[in-house]
Amino acid sequence: MTDTTVAPAPESLLAAPDQATQQEIVREIEEVHAAHARAVADGTYRGGQTLYDFPPYRSSILRHPTKNPKLVDPETIELTSPAFGQRDVAAIEADLTLQHAGEPLGERMVVRGRVLDGWGRPVRQQLVEIWQANSAGRYIHKRDQHPAPLDPNFTGAGRAITDDDGWYEFTTIKPGPYPWRNHRNAWRPAHIHFSLFGSAFTQRIVTQMYFPGDPLFPLDPIYQSIPDQQDRDRLVATYDHDLTEPEFKLGYRWDIVLTGQHRTWFEPEGDHR
Amino acid sequence: MIVSTPEGQRIPATGGQTVGPFFGFGLPYEHGNEIAHPWSPGAIVLSGAVYQGDGNPIPDAMLEIWQADSDGSIPQARGSLHRDGHAFTGFGRTGTTDEGGYLFWTRNPGSVDGAAPFFAVIVFARGLPDKLHTRIYLPDDEAALAADPLLSSLTPEERATLVAVRTEDGGLRHDIHLQGEKETVFLAY
Ligand SMILES: [Fe+2]
Repeated sequence: MTDTTVAPAPESLLAAPDQATQQEIVREIEEVHAAHARAVADGTYRGGQTLYDFPPYRSSILRHPTKNPKLVDPETIELTSPAFGQRDVAAIEADLTLQHAGEPLGERMVVRGRVLDGWGRPVRQQLVEIWQANSAGRYIHKRDQHPAPLDPNFTGAGRAITDDDGWYEFTTIKPGPYPWRNHRNAWRPAHIHFSLFGSAFTQRIVTQMYFPGDPLFPLDPIYQSIPDQQDRDRLVATYDHDLTEPEFKLGYRWDIVLTGQHRTWFEPEGDHR
Repeated sequence: MIVSTPEGQRIPATGGQTVGPFFGFGLPYEHGNEIAHPWSPGAIVLSGAVYQGDGNPIPDAMLEIWQADSDGSIPQARGSLHRDGHAFTGFGRTGTTDEGGYLFWTRNPGSVDGAAPFFAVIVFARGLPDKLHTRIYLPDDEAALAADPLLSSLTPEERATLVAVRTEDGGLRHDIHLQGEKETVFLAY
C-alpha cells in the first residue's frame, strides 16, 4: 500500500477529445446494448459479461483488442494461483478508518460478503484488495484533479484474506461520486474498486462495487459496459440492516462469484462435475 | 447482490470492470516486480512496454505475472506482498511507467510437465473495460514451442506476439499491444 511516484498525466490523456453531451453518451450506450442483444439472440456473441469494445467509454476506443481472444485449454500454471496469507496482510488492513491518527469524515460503513466459485463453493484464504475515493469523491492519487477536499485521515486502500467459508469484511467510509472527463458533466456513481484472486489464475478479477439505487447508473458508461441488467445488478451491494451496528456504521452485503471459464456457458449443464 | 444459490449449482459470475486511472495507491506495492531478488543467482530481467492502438505507450496499465520456478515446480510460498528476499512466490505485479514500460526481476520459468515454458500474464489498464489474459513464452526451446498447442494454431505474426526475445545479458524483452497491427494474442479459457 505504498504511494507510488507517478507523474501527473497530461490533461489531454484523461479528457476525451470530443466532450460529447450526456444525452449523446446515453444514446450511444443504448445503441451498443441493442446491438449486443441482437448478437446474443442470434448466437454470435461469445464473450463474457463485460464488453471490451464499448465506445461510450471513450478511453477504451484505442485500448480494446479488435480480435476475438483465442480459446485455449488452461495449462497447469493457469489452473493454480499464487498463495497469500497472514504474512501478506495484517488484520488491521481491513479497516480503512484506522489507518491514521484521527477519524475520517463521512458515513462509516462495513461491507461484508462471500467469495464463491461458479459452483457456489467458497474461495478460501485468498486475497481481496480494495481502493476508493474519500467521502467527498476525491482519490489520494496524484492524477486526481477533482477540486474536492482530501481527508488527512483517509487513504482509501485496504486488503483482506478470505476465511475458510470465503468471507471477507472491510470497514470503511462510503465513497462519494466524482466527476471525470469522459464527456461533458460526466460523474461516476459511488463505487469501491475490488481486486480478487481465485484458486486458479484464470479466475482473477478486478471489478467495482456500487451502492443500491444510484441515480447515476443509467448515465455511467463504465457501469454500462456490462450490457445485461442482471449482470449489472450483480455489481450492486445490498443494504443489510443486520450488518448495521447501532449508532456506529451502516452495513452492506456483497458476494462475488469467480469463474475463469466462459465456455462452460455454451455447454450442457453437468459437463464440469 | 447476495448469492443464495445452494452449493453445487451453477451460478453466474460477477463481471469485471476497468481498473480505472487511480489504482496506483491501491494495487502496486513495494518490490512487487521483484519475484527474484535483483542480481541473485538465476535472476533475470523481463521487460518491455504496453501500447495502445495508435502506437502510443500506456502509462496507466498494470501487469501481473504468475509462473513456475526454474525447475518447473508450481510455487506455493506465500509472501508476495512482503517479500523476504529469498522465497520464490512466482507472482509479481507492476504498474507501467510514463513511457508505458514495465520491468520484472524474476527467473526463467521451467517446463511444467514437458510443455513449452511461459509466464501467465494479466493486463489491466485505464480504458480497458476488463482484464486480459495472455502468455509470454521463452524463446529458447524451439522444439517445445513447435509442439505447443496454442502457438501451433497461430499465424507467424500472431505467434510472434507471444514469444519473448532473449537479450544479450540473458534477460527477456517483450512488448504488449492492446490493439493495432501488432495486436497481442489474448486468451479465453
Ligand atoms: Fe474509481
